[in-house]
Amino acid sequence: MNLYDYLYYVILPVLAISTVIIFIRFLKGPTLSDRVVSLDLLLTTGIGIIAVYSIHTDQPTFLDIAMILALIAFLGTVAFSYYLEKREKNE
Amino acid sequence: MNEIFIFILSTMGALFILLAAIGVVRMPDLYLRISVTTKAATLGIGLILGAAAIYFGDTAITSRVMAIILFMLLTAPVGAHMIGRASYFTGVKMWLDSQYDDLKDQYDPKTHKLSSEEKPEDKKI
Repeated sequence: MNLYDYLYYVILPVLAISTVIIFIRFLKGPTLSDRVVSLDLLLTTGIGIIAVYSIHTDQPTFLDIAMILALIAFLGTVAFSYYLEKREKNE
Repeated sequence: MNEIFIFILSTMGALFILLAAIGVVRMPDLYLRISVTTKAATLGIGLILGAAAIYFGDTAITSRVMAIILFMLLTAPVGAHMIGRASYFTGVKMWLDSQYDDLKDQYDPKTHKLSSEEKPEDKKI
């Protein structure tokens, strides 16, 4: 089996299925914190999809986008937890 | 030879990410879910990015991949600790079967200070 076929027909579907599974928790999540955690994991899975896609299309430029996505994921988690804690303090 | 490494690394990475996804749905408790997210997902992403670095085989791209992996390794525990701390304050329940809660009554509910933390009056003396 070709490497490109393997990436396209095995690895990318596995990552897509895991994205769907994480999205179930994102919709269900009993509290807001569950949603923040699953959003963080969704963005992390997106970095993996971008890396596999950059191998498949032979374009290393996509890895820059992966780096920026990692930064945005961290910033989002920190901002969400900061404002969660702040909201709790005010009440 | 390189192709075999790419096969192995990408398969392991995809499996670890799938395990993290299953863990996030199946775990009974927010804190256990946080532990799954930080460990398994970071390992999977590192393996997949390693496969990309082997595929391109260029110094510039390898250093970029190393920067992403280092950034993920640095920020995943910090983000997990922050969201865990915030959700402990907002009163997210632990699992019914969990045995210990070492942080119980250790935090001041108003100011969010640890009881072992240094008080501001002590500093002057």
